Amino acid sequence: MRLNRDIVLKIVLDCIKQFEEESEIIIDLSEGETSRLFGGDGPLDSLALVSLIVEIEEAIEIELGESIILADEKAMSRRTSPFSRVNNLVDYIVEISNN
Amino acid sequence: MKNSTKIVLITGSRKGIGRTLVEYYLNIGYIVIGCSRQDSDLINPNYKHFICDVSDEISALKIFKFIKSEYGKLDILINNAGVASLNHILLTPITTVKKLFDTNLLGTFLFSREAAKIMKKHSYGRIVNFSTVAVPLNLEGETIYSATKSAVEQLTKNMSKELGPYGITVNAVGPTPIETDLIKAIPKDKIDKLLMSQSINRIGNFEDLINLIDFFICDRSNFINGQIIYLGGVLK
Repeated sequence: MRLNRDIVLKIVLDCIKQFEEESEIIIDLSEGETSRLFGGDGPLDSLALVSLIVEIEEAIEIELGESIILADEKAMSRRTSPFSRVNNLVDYIVEISNN
Repeated sequence: MKNSTKIVLITGSRKGIGRTLVEYYLNIGYIVIGCSRQDSDLINPNYKHFICDVSDEISALKIFKFIKSEYGKLDILINNAGVASLNHILLTPITTVKKLFDTNLLGTFLFSREAAKIMKKHSYGRIVNFSTVAVPLNLEGETIYSATKSAVEQLTKNMSKELGPYGITVNAVGPTPIETDLIKAIPKDKIDKLLMSQSINRIGNFEDLINLIDFFICDRSNFINGQIIYLGGVLK
């Protein structure tokens, strides 16, 4: 089942909000979809990224009705990390939901 | 269900150690979820059984989906499911090797991963894995079995570091032989030889094991993490 991009974007933003409340880490979304998440001057360290991915995987599972794994070898080996910015993450989720 | 009621998941719960653990934790008021490759004849309102091969991801995920929707939390995971094989390395088929690694290592990994996702939400969790004294004793004839359990020990140590920050402890028990189906096929002279290599030369019992698991899972053990404790005074 291919997920609608707008739905995925909403899921990701909701998860970021929930993650911020739980972790007290602020993710600056002032640049909209191109806001940084991980790598470079992104706000997440590797442990925080793990927590956010787990949140998103669970939210997607509820939406899709089946589980997905976001951080596999395929994701890690990409030239542009799917976790670098909000838009990359959203596009990646839409892409793998189609597989 | 009271919010303080402990929810425990025990793999390989149909018979042997797993069954004993299920009955013990039901008796002290826990809600127990169990699984095995065959159905269980245990009927108790606080017990839910799933038929599941622990290395099968799809079946495993159904269990965790149930736990999330039914209880919203998981306090304790006991990765008891295991298979053993006693054979000389020259006579060990590759299918046996795969089967042992699938159940003992992959199953432990899969259930720990999914359990930790639920436990993380409450910043609390206890995971207990199963090793064996066959690892430190380097027992001949148990090469593949002890290799899988050695891998479980490494998994335990590394997971304890990765999950510790979330309030989840991961430890392992290393039982001596206990009278279960798992050791039925082992000749008596082999068992006797093994017992002599322990500092306390007797066969283990369920009470010994329960005592150690209780230690790992109690609330006060929140500073005990990444440890492997062998019964019978066996030293690494």
